[in-house]
Amino acid sequence: MNLEQIFYKIVFCSKIFHKRDEDMEFDTITAISTPMGEGAIAIVRLSGDEALAIADKIYKGRSAKRLSEVASHTIHYGHLIDPKTEKVVEEVMISVMRGPKTFTREDVVEINCHGGLVSVNRVLQLVLANGARLAEPGEFTKRAFLNGRIDLSQAEAVMDLIRAKTDRAMNVALGQMEGRLSKLIRALRQEILETLAHVEVNIDYPEYDDVEEMTHGIFMERASHVKSELERLLRTSEQGKILREGLSTVIIGRPNVGKSSLLNSLVHENKAIVTDIPGTTRDVIEEYVNVRGVPLRLLDTAGIRETEDIVERIGVERSRAVLKEADLILLVLNNSDELTVEDEQLFQITEDMDVIVIINKMDLPSKINIDKVKELAKERPIVTTSLLEDQGVDELEEAISSLFFAGSLEAGDMTYVSNSRHIALISQALNAITDAMEAIEAGTPIDLVQIDFTRTWELLGEIIGDSVHESLIDQLFSQFCLGK
Amino acid sequence: MPYEAGTYDVIVVGAGHAGVEAGLAAARLGAKTLMLTINLDMVAFMPCNPSVGGPAKGIVVREIDALGGEMGRNIDKTHIQMRMLNTGKGPAVRALRAQADKFLYQQEMKKTIENEENLDLVQGLVERLIIEDGACKGVITQTGAAYYSKTVVITTGTFLRGEIILGELKYSSGPNNQQPSIKLSEHLEELGFDLVRFKTGTPPRVHSETIDYSKTEIQPGDDVPRAFSYETTKFITDQLPCWLTYTSEVTHQIIDDNLHRSPMYSGMIKGTGPRYCPSIEDKVVRFHDKPRHQIFLEPEGRNTHEVYVQGLSTSLPEDVQKKVLASIPGLENVQMMRAGYAIEYDSVVPTQLWPTLETKKVPNLYTAGQINGTSGYEEAAGQGLMAGINAGLKALEKEELILSRSDAYIGVLIDDLVTKGTNEPYRLLTSRAEYRLLLRHDNADLRLTEKGYEIGMIKEERYSKFLQKKAAIESELERLKSIFIKPTAEVQELIVSKGGSELKDGIRASDLLKRPEMGYEQIQQLVPSDSEIASDVSEQVEIQIKYEGYIEKSLQQVEKLKKMENKKIPENIDYDAINGLASEARQKLKEVRPLSVAQASRISGVNPADTSILLVYLEQGKIARLSQ
Repeated sequence: MNLEQIFYKIVFCSKIFHKRDEDMEFDTITAISTPMGEGAIAIVRLSGDEALAIADKIYKGRSAKRLSEVASHTIHYGHLIDPKTEKVVEEVMISVMRGPKTFTREDVVEINCHGGLVSVNRVLQLVLANGARLAEPGEFTKRAFLNGRIDLSQAEAVMDLIRAKTDRAMNVALGQMEGRLSKLIRALRQEILETLAHVEVNIDYPEYDDVEEMTHGIFMERASHVKSELERLLRTSEQGKILREGLSTVIIGRPNVGKSSLLNSLVHENKAIVTDIPGTTRDVIEEYVNVRGVPLRLLDTAGIRETEDIVERIGVERSRAVLKEADLILLVLNNSDELTVEDEQLFQITEDMDVIVIINKMDLPSKINIDKVKELAKERPIVTTSLLEDQGVDELEEAISSLFFAGSLEAGDMTYVSNSRHIALISQALNAITDAMEAIEAGTPIDLVQIDFTRTWELLGEIIGDSVHESLIDQLFSQFCLGK
Repeated sequence: MPYEAGTYDVIVVGAGHAGVEAGLAAARLGAKTLMLTINLDMVAFMPCNPSVGGPAKGIVVREIDALGGEMGRNIDKTHIQMRMLNTGKGPAVRALRAQADKFLYQQEMKKTIENEENLDLVQGLVERLIIEDGACKGVITQTGAAYYSKTVVITTGTFLRGEIILGELKYSSGPNNQQPSIKLSEHLEELGFDLVRFKTGTPPRVHSETIDYSKTEIQPGDDVPRAFSYETTKFITDQLPCWLTYTSEVTHQIIDDNLHRSPMYSGMIKGTGPRYCPSIEDKVVRFHDKPRHQIFLEPEGRNTHEVYVQGLSTSLPEDVQKKVLASIPGLENVQMMRAGYAIEYDSVVPTQLWPTLETKKVPNLYTAGQINGTSGYEEAAGQGLMAGINAGLKALEKEELILSRSDAYIGVLIDDLVTKGTNEPYRLLTSRAEYRLLLRHDNADLRLTEKGYEIGMIKEERYSKFLQKKAAIESELERLKSIFIKPTAEVQELIVSKGGSELKDGIRASDLLKRPEMGYEQIQQLVPSDSEIASDVSEQVEIQIKYEGYIEKSLQQVEKLKKMENKKIPENIDYDAINGLASEARQKLKEVRPLSVAQASRISGVNPADTSILLVYLEQGKIARLSQ
């Protein structure tokens, strides 16, 4: 039992329930409250006065009922929709618990979503973008205490917990800080700082004529550079995710082309890292295999085992959308059959995705038109196998590994962001810089645009634990020669 | 043996820019006040730049005025030129700056002080404080006069153990060859105060008639009449220009060749100088690639030929200064009237102060101005005002007044000093304020008049005028937010003529005003108000509507800050008893003794985890008391 659970238990033995005085109200905080990358389900928790309002902004359930209208301590199935794009972000179950009968005594919303770093982060980002603040280490427990949920005798333990969690977070952060990421963030911050100093010198020394006046044009140029750097960093979080979570891989093909055999040989040849993660609430089964240093996460294999035709089952557009989520697609064809319309359809829906084409059953007489396959495959690799006779698996593994390593990914020499806190902060920084650019477009005065630019700088500072304002003033005086 | 010379509520030591505000404020609150100065002829003297205001600083002057202080009114009466700076930028960073007639400025200020009820102005050099039971009870002067009081404000500027350095020459002196204050500095050390040595400097002054102005660029004041004070009704129209020239390659060569004679580089100067106010030798060394530096020639008054050479602050030997001047276009044949010099002085480490500017060590003793490690007349005046107010309030047994970072630049200044300290003479910059959009020059009265009125600094008449203005702003805001503008031909034409795109639909007047191309003037043209709208009212309406989104964001942040400001830390807290605080944080907290969790969180070295732990600890104490 961890400390937080202990506190939960003592809630009802707590003798002192002092009231929430007015100054006790806090802003709404959020965090991923399940361990990272380990479960099939992850939970993003919100706590605070705005918890329900924020959830309502992004949630669309089966019924028209808003979460702010449902009974307390109930759970609801629905989807998260990004109000900006109106696109579906996740399929979720949401628990609504109103204060004071919650851990923090505030309104609490728990969003149960698919596990895995990327999907849970997407949910976190959405919540952050809609008004919540990222919780500090131990902050939920701190609130539980400050709101009178926890006995006085536990105060020491709360303080210990905050200290321990902070130290651990710092250690994790430091671990990741080594090397290129921290250098990159520092370089980016320095760049922003120089621009800020430039704006400041215009403001505080308006008669100083040696520095050009910061114009909207120059500002836009600098901001778009920062923006593209941040976007690049965020993209690397996808790469980080691949190393951490595996390349999500889907095997597709008509019934009886050998999908199950392919799965089995990949799993048997390579030691499975995790098998059958207990699908406690969802029947998704994932297999983790390690192919020549490339971690593969074979998705929705249950479906494949039942040898259903994905296209037939859910339709072309829908399957495209499903397949888009995958990092790698293994498209299996049958050597002993002629190419069918369904086969061609598979090529069609996987166009512009990373695909390895596998022609299986090479042990049987060939009826397939190889030239036509090559034409359909375009530039993508084709491997021939006889899974029954264990032929061609090596070649397939080779193809997977070279596809992975030949790309932009260089496993040993990579800057990537995988810490969810960092991803959250970088995304927020990206939002801030986007706001700044919109303000420039609208012709807002530079010293106001600067507010969002400064925010970008501060958010990046939080990643490397450095948001000291004094450095702007230092920069000002080292960059420019000023004075009476 | 000292003799008893009088009893007051408040004594102010010093009559510079901090001292005069402190004395006037205390007296205006109704406290019987004594101001002591080393030299009666030097009241409100400007030993350096003859100018008041500028970015951030100009806003401070307005804040002083809104709280019933004197600086704004005084400069309005005595300037030779006034300009609004940053007019091309957003409203948050606009600022007024005036060139002062420094002699008139002094005279006017002295007259105001002499005429002030409850205020005595006396010449005297204070050497010791009267300390009883650890608290300050008065002062003793060099001549043995013992003055008793309930509170004392020290505003000694650069006089404490002041030393002037000019080339190889170094001598004990206050600014401008005034008598320094040596014994008081020693006395403060005896009392256990941490002192630190700072340095500042001033450029040479030259004779106007020996300047060839044809080689310089003219820098006139604004055509529009301007004023700092919300009460000023008489505007000076007859303005004097300043002039701009530049250093040359030759200037830099002369400085390079004589660096070995510069006390800055020979090691003679030990004090820390301000980076934002470097000497010319510093600029040449640090920015060697820069081919030229700006030099502004600023008249020191209407009845003098002395001209201040801004940009040429230096402690090089006198003969080198003359050569440097002669190397500058326009100054080839200039007559130097006074040499520039550097001055080193003692200041009090400001983290030894409460946010009221009362010292933690000696109750009833306040310090304000350059003695607290700042530089600049406005920074001094702002502190002087607050120290005077708080010393007066305490003497009258009233509640203290502390401005927060979201109230005023003065709040930012004092909070920075007492929370973070400073390792160089501190200057206000707009970037030091996190809510600068709220701390505008145009709304200082809206931010502070109420507070000034509550403590008695603002008179009834001014206050009722202020309330009228406030009501006018409210009603005009209301009107524009409720009125709809239809896309008629006239409306579309006006919008297009301003470079905007046509309306598709009817629009609220306030929303139309938010468009970048639209101003209040255009809105007024489309939907005129029944009543006359004063320009200071329409200015507020325009700013508040146009920047509503940003203002709203800032206000939300302030809201959060306020919550943390309301979490008070008891004075007797024992930081050693709190488990889990990082040792650096513990040490800093013990030193600064913050009054609120918000202040604690701003101390460098106190990180968010420490703040959380502190919060939990405080809450634990609260619960413990409840359950007793």
